[in-house]
Amino acid sequence: MLWFAFLRLIGLLTTLLAASLVIFVVLEVLPGDPAEVMLGLNAQPDTLAALRAELGLNAPVTTRYVSWILGMFQGDFGISYTYSVPVSELISERIQVSLPLAAGSLILSTLIAIPVGVYSARHHGKIIDTGIMSVAQIGIAVPNFWIAILLVYVFAIVLRILPSGGFPGWDVSVLGSLQALLLPVVALALPQASILARVMRSALLDVLHEDYIRTARAKGLSNKATLWRHGVRNALIPVLTILGLQFSFLIAGTVIIENLFYLPGLGRLIFQGITQRDLIVVRSSVMLLVALTIFVTFLVDIAYAAIDPRLRRRA
Amino acid sequence: MHAKSLKSRLLGFAGGAALAVAALTGAHTSADAKSSLSLGMALEPPHLDATAGAAAAIDGVVYQNIFQGLTRIGPDGSVLPSLAKSWDVSDDGLTYRFHLQNGVVFHDGTPFSADDVKFSLDRARADDSVNAQKPLFDGISEVVVVDPQTVDIKLTSPSGNLAYNLAWGDAVIVSPKTAETNKTKPVGTGPFKFDRWMKGQEIRISRFDGYWGEQPQLDTASFRFISDPNAAFAAMISGDLDAFPVYSAPETIVQFEADPRFEVAIGTTEGETILAMNNTRGPLKNKLVRQAISHAINKQALIDGAMFGLGTPIGTHFAPHHPAYNDLTGLYPYDPAKAKELLAQAGYAEGFSATLKLPPPTYARRGGELIASDLKKVGIDLKIVPVEWAQWLSEVFKETNYDFTIVSHVEPMDIGIYARDKYYFNYSSDQFKTLIDELNVTVDEDKRTELLKQAQQSISEDAVNVYLFQLAKTGVWNANVKGLWHNAPTPANDLSQVYWTDN
Repeated sequence: MLWFAFLRLIGLLTTLLAASLVIFVVLEVLPGDPAEVMLGLNAQPDTLAALRAELGLNAPVTTRYVSWILGMFQGDFGISYTYSVPVSELISERIQVSLPLAAGSLILSTLIAIPVGVYSARHHGKIIDTGIMSVAQIGIAVPNFWIAILLVYVFAIVLRILPSGGFPGWDVSVLGSLQALLLPVVALALPQASILARVMRSALLDVLHEDYIRTARAKGLSNKATLWRHGVRNALIPVLTILGLQFSFLIAGTVIIENLFYLPGLGRLIFQGITQRDLIVVRSSVMLLVALTIFVTFLVDIAYAAIDPRLRRRA
Repeated sequence: MHAKSLKSRLLGFAGGAALAVAALTGAHTSADAKSSLSLGMALEPPHLDATAGAAAAIDGVVYQNIFQGLTRIGPDGSVLPSLAKSWDVSDDGLTYRFHLQNGVVFHDGTPFSADDVKFSLDRARADDSVNAQKPLFDGISEVVVVDPQTVDIKLTSPSGNLAYNLAWGDAVIVSPKTAETNKTKPVGTGPFKFDRWMKGQEIRISRFDGYWGEQPQLDTASFRFISDPNAAFAAMISGDLDAFPVYSAPETIVQFEADPRFEVAIGTTEGETILAMNNTRGPLKNKLVRQAISHAINKQALIDGAMFGLGTPIGTHFAPHHPAYNDLTGLYPYDPAKAKELLAQAGYAEGFSATLKLPPPTYARRGGELIASDLKKVGIDLKIVPVEWAQWLSEVFKETNYDFTIVSHVEPMDIGIYARDKYYFNYSSDQFKTLIDELNVTVDEDKRTELLKQAQQSISEDAVNVYLFQLAKTGVWNANVKGLWHNAPTPANDLSQVYWTDN
């Protein structure tokens, strides 16, 4: 057991190290120089050289890689080239938007998808099931930014009950911040919910055909108890897998939604960092996301074990 | 039974959600007490030190709001006094004496004096300076403090441009105490002081009570950064924003024009948009080929198609609203037949193929498609390669590894770039260099105008680039907001004269 955990830890660290190398190399070969981007068309060669020296861009590649890695071990993510503030500060500001956004849409989509999926499976083959699944199909096909534009049109332009975008900040106004996140959360949650509902439904249908369901019914367990205790519980494994993937996507893959609602999230920070060649910001934020994704995968593994006792014993 | 209970559970959830939504939506009101202004910008500045970066967004926030120079550029492009109330020029034209305003203090309470002027200009000129527009200070040999209210700037040769150069955002006066931290906490002498920067979201400034000049009418202002054109439209039309002075979605302008709640202002900029050609590459070495290409492009169709009609045709690298503008739009009228003839004369009757590298702005991406189709008609096959800014700067601008590109030159009065060696379009003309050398030492206005006109004529006749159009500045704001600039003689959102009228 300990040996297993140790191997797993080594595996995690190797993955992280490999990721750091890939991230670093890719950003190194990317054409473009942060100093040129900052100083523009009229910059003189001596001015560019002065700025490069100031930013520490003249050090050899290996030195920069090693100092980046060592810095991260000490919690030092470097100083942004363009913003001139510590990258950790930038990331922690952005996390205050990205995390509630991701968590909010994940919760909302789960709250919609699980009851809908179960309901649909229970009424398998009936008109209501077909109807729900058609709506879900549309939800999958429609891109979330289109839903976002529609929501903005209805709630911000026509009804004028919600802001069209922006984020006041938690310390300025909690209510205002919640308002600001409401539409983006819904726009992100609806397509996710559609996917999740379909997965929930088909997983549950698979399970309901298993022998142990018949056995449970045969031993006299009520329909409802069978459904929730044996059906839904066993169907949750694929649902959890999807949830884990969705969380990783939601934390940084929401750049389009962030742009549409001009929210200061992590996705936009990385996007901006790439266009301005603020490589140190991109590097460290992507690294953080890799770590986060690995961590979430780990949590999902644990959750499997919680749901399915067989997995617990195997470990 | 259980179906019902599930249904009631679902209903309960829906009801709860509706309640939560109601609670959240109830309190939303636009919070302006008519003494604050929220203003949209497409790009966020990387930092706020106007003396250490080329991004126009920096000046868009700080110029004349937070930072001031000795002189300033007015809304019509004229040079006006700012921290210097007046200046005299010595008879030999080599010494400018600036008389400074009284009672000026920086936002941190430090009094302003001639020492700060010397510090700022010397810092910008220094060997290790990171000033993006260092050439502005090229002719300065020495800055001498005469007394706390007077400063002399000595030149190596007479210059007609000094007062104008000192009005740029890159030449603003900073305090030695705060120069190092201006990137994140700018401290200047302007009517507004910096309050807060929520990165990725907005920058707030508020009125500075110790301001030396006339107090502005606004108490506070916030600059919000909205790059997506759809979001910009939604923010304006819903009233979340009061103004978008450089509005990024020209296709929606009609809607604002029709709505009495808004004012639409179409003004000029200093952005000459050109199809730049690499003058040392293949067929483009030949002047006849470049002239043929100038004839082959329908510039008005380009303005209509790519810019929704917003833009002024130009025939040279010069802003049409400038008094020294030489109208050369008639030199290369749209004439595909003439273009083919010139190509045949140059030995390219069959045409040729080349690449067109396009940076991200809309004018380039949209314009590029139209230009490629125009050139196809005369036998020139363009392969379109979209590039990012950073890539454009290193591949096109620095390494000059390109055939064609489209870019807007937004620096004011920058015709001098055609005299630079190894500038990215690789043009080299001794005649033009002589003209610019003469211009740089000429102080007499009429003579300068004459020389500038000749310079414009010279690059147009050589068809160095195809001069497409002058970029327009499209502003949208609440009809009750007054005092914003209509034109953009320099990138700025000067809020010192902005006020709200009563409905």
